[in-house]
Amino acid sequence: MKRYLPLIGFLVLVGLFGWGMWWNSHHDMTAVPSPLINKPAPAFNLPKLYAPSEHVSKAMLLGKPYLINVFASWCVACLEEHPVWMAHAKNLGVPLIGYDYKDPPQDAKAWIAKHGNPYSVIITDRSGHTAINFGVYGVPETYLIDAKGFIRWKHIGPVTPKIIRTNLIPKLRAVGAHPHEVK
Amino acid sequence: MRYWLFPILMLGLISFAAQAINPLPFQNNAERLRFQNLASQLRCLVCQNESLASSNAKLAQDLRAQVFKMMQAGKTNQQIKQYLVDRYSDYVLYDPPLKPSNYALWFGPFVFLILGGLGVLLYLRKRTSSAAAAPPPGDDDW
Repeated sequence: MKRYLPLIGFLVLVGLFGWGMWWNSHHDMTAVPSPLINKPAPAFNLPKLYAPSEHVSKAMLLGKPYLINVFASWCVACLEEHPVWMAHAKNLGVPLIGYDYKDPPQDAKAWIAKHGNPYSVIITDRSGHTAINFGVYGVPETYLIDAKGFIRWKHIGPVTPKIIRTNLIPKLRAVGAHPHEVK
Repeated sequence: MRYWLFPILMLGLISFAAQAINPLPFQNNAERLRFQNLASQLRCLVCQNESLASSNAKLAQDLRAQVFKMMQAGKTNQQIKQYLVDRYSDYVLYDPPLKPSNYALWFGPFVFLILGGLGVLLYLRKRTSSAAAAPPPGDDDW
């Protein structure tokens, strides 16, 4: 028995490290859980990208659930995510509001012109002050806000069809929306 | 000439770095020290191994400006920290408070220490008792 002890120790370590690698590859180690989940979304009042004199505020959006997707033209991961919204934004059963973060308007417009516009409206936060209240720390980020203005779900990093299917759609149903199935 | 050129270049680099990191209009040195002390206790969320004081990420710059603004508005360090914790969770604090959700963080190391200590104790006990019982020759087969 004693002669197998090093082998057992080795196998235990292999198992431990293997589990660690598996766990890391299935979790975003840099994701910080938001303390704002199930709390009221911060008040905001931001200009529209394509009509800067018009504003969209939290008060105006109360009464129906909606999604806010924080993006920027300088954000590389947003390029990865954008086709997913292009394909699925219409299937979600709630408006998808684009939140252009720390971006010169002309850059954002050029980016949207190039990659398409999946958003029902785009609002701009050039200074990033409102984003601090939302706890935004990396783009892209996506928030689900219910009819009462509470944040019900947050995703940090690019959204994938799998995330929409397994995470977002149940949350959409929970806030009373009627999303289509996403394959 | 070569001998003093290098230190002067290095000084230039240092002052450049200091300017890049610290463009806030402090009124006096005490205020500057308070700010730097506070910012060094807060974590930058973008580059998570840097403090708010040392990071040059865009968000860190915004948060430094926000911390500075709150200092000007007469907020205490505790209020400023709470403001950031409300938005970014305890993760922004390098010294997280003791509470049930992070007991593992605070006490985990001691649990491992105790487990390891027990293991060593058991091993030593076993070894002394088997040594007392005169081990047969050739026991050490590996």
